[in-house]
Amino acid sequence: MSELRGVGIGLGVAQGPVARMAEPLPAPEDVASALSQDEELARVREAVAGVARELEERGSKAGGAAQEVLEAQAMMAEDPTLDQEVATRVAAGKTGEFAVHDAFATFRDMLAAMGGYLGERAADLDDVAQRVIARLRGLPAPGVPDPGHPFVLVAKDLAPADTALLDLDKVLALVTSEGGPTSHTAILAREKSIVAVVGVAEAPGLADGESVIVDAAKGVVTTQPTADELTQAQNRAEARRNAASAPITPGALADGTAIPLLANLGKPGGAAEAVELGAEGVGLFRTEFLFLSASQAPTVDEQTKAYTELLQTFPGKKVVVRALDAGADKPLAFLNDAHEENPALGLRGLRALRASEDILREQLTALANADKATDADLWVMAPMVSTVEETEYFVTLARDYGIKTAGVMVEVPSSAIMADKVLAIADFASIGTNDLTQYTLAADRLLGSVASFQDPWHPAVLSLVKATADGGAANGKPVGICGEAAADPLLAVVLVGLGAATLSMAPTALADVRASLLQYTRDDAERIAAAALAASDAASARTAAQAAAETPAD
Amino acid sequence: MTQATRTIRVGSKNGLHARPAKLFAQAVKDAGIPVTVSKGSGAPVNAASILGVIALGVEYGDYLTLTAEGDSAESVLDTLAELLTTDHDE
Repeated sequence: MSELRGVGIGLGVAQGPVARMAEPLPAPEDVASALSQDEELARVREAVAGVARELEERGSKAGGAAQEVLEAQAMMAEDPTLDQEVATRVAAGKTGEFAVHDAFATFRDMLAAMGGYLGERAADLDDVAQRVIARLRGLPAPGVPDPGHPFVLVAKDLAPADTALLDLDKVLALVTSEGGPTSHTAILAREKSIVAVVGVAEAPGLADGESVIVDAAKGVVTTQPTADELTQAQNRAEARRNAASAPITPGALADGTAIPLLANLGKPGGAAEAVELGAEGVGLFRTEFLFLSASQAPTVDEQTKAYTELLQTFPGKKVVVRALDAGADKPLAFLNDAHEENPALGLRGLRALRASEDILREQLTALANADKATDADLWVMAPMVSTVEETEYFVTLARDYGIKTAGVMVEVPSSAIMADKVLAIADFASIGTNDLTQYTLAADRLLGSVASFQDPWHPAVLSLVKATADGGAANGKPVGICGEAAADPLLAVVLVGLGAATLSMAPTALADVRASLLQYTRDDAERIAAAALAASDAASARTAAQAAAETPAD
Repeated sequence: MTQATRTIRVGSKNGLHARPAKLFAQAVKDAGIPVTVSKGSGAPVNAASILGVIALGVEYGDYLTLTAEGDSAESVLDTLAELLTTDHDE
């Protein structure tokens, strides 16, 4: 056997034969065409139309958001500007294959140079070009294989077009050579609870048909497994299936330390499902949905109704509602219409609310009304608080409206570093790990070109989590986590080891995190956290935590 | 042949990226007459070209100038202007 290492998504383990995603075709050579220009152009147009129809067909089978993406790809294939570019090249005597390759590449480079969201569309265009060239050559289109039996899918990374039609009954596990914890593959794996290990550099060496064990909990792909290893993996997979169907218990460590597991919600309607999945309350309720689709702020009555609906689902339970978090990637015309060069560093979060204080006052009024009408334990927090003074402002204002528990979100390093003073005033703090990572590593969350910096395992981020938790401990105030980091089963243990009292996450992640916490005592968690904290980068922090988690204490 | 021109302000919160760009280019294609679009003082591009439209890098609040040629130019621009000033990402 040998072990290939990557980043595991979730806690699952699976085994089966490898089926590789067809490799991208080599770039066509620039050779003289043997056909007439008319013949070349006719071939290309036939292939382009064929690919467009195929993408549309895949889209209508997939439906939903995937259909939109695939239909946009079909339009790109038949784009008139692209057709003109291809025709120009064919007229210059190029082959259809080369003309397509070269014309698409022009647009691809232009989109890639624009970066961010548009840069990511470059990959969509590459996919279309590959399909057209494959068709011109009479080769199978690159994409998801269909070996006719369940398989472990091995790929460079999955494009949205690939994931759209993935037959989840056939895919036992996913292994990618590229892509990190925020890649398309990772997102899909989390959403659908598929066993996945991403970023396995040696994955291209895996052969079609060979049997492997994919262990997401360890982040390892085992090749040529022994019979013993196969049996063990089988047993673990069964144990995990049983755990998933086991009665839901409150979140706790192996020594019984309670770690309440809460849900992140964006609409009152999601509450019932969260309760079913074992949420012990709500750790982050985003109120943006009430505002984003509106051209003006919703009324106090409308807000009261929505908050009451939410609080009714959690009688006697904790529900943490976040005041409107607008700005940056969530602009609101009636809140801040000014153009900002760097909106993430601009008038957003509590800053924007303070500039339009009426909106904040109305929201606090509605929350206090809903609190009076229900039995839930309502906590209210302000987004993106960066100073002690802002903490004082928000807590004072919230108290004026009768909010019993008022806190802040720690998303900016300044709040984490000043946590002892912030938490002397606030009743609690909740750490938003996505933004905290963005601001700590100076990497825009929405910018693909700096996505590699967006890793909450970075020891700098972990240090700030610890600073915040220490600030909470010094004041006897609770500090929770409500960022995506809490949904990573091993990172959840690290966060608890650093002092987090509660964890809040997407409801689908609750079962894995619950099972993970039950494997470690508080001493273990502190030891694993210390190992991660001592590392010098995100990857080695993850490796160090994994090693510490596998080694029992002396 | 009538030519019509209109300047509007984009109301899609995420600008004219994949989905709104597709809806827009599709609507132009369906209109069946030549339409160009330019951002600010930039050069006009074929509005039926999704790639051309995406490449303009249009953000929320940007000003776009549409020009259409044909007997139905005015009514086509009415439809397109409404499409562009509406937010399609909600």
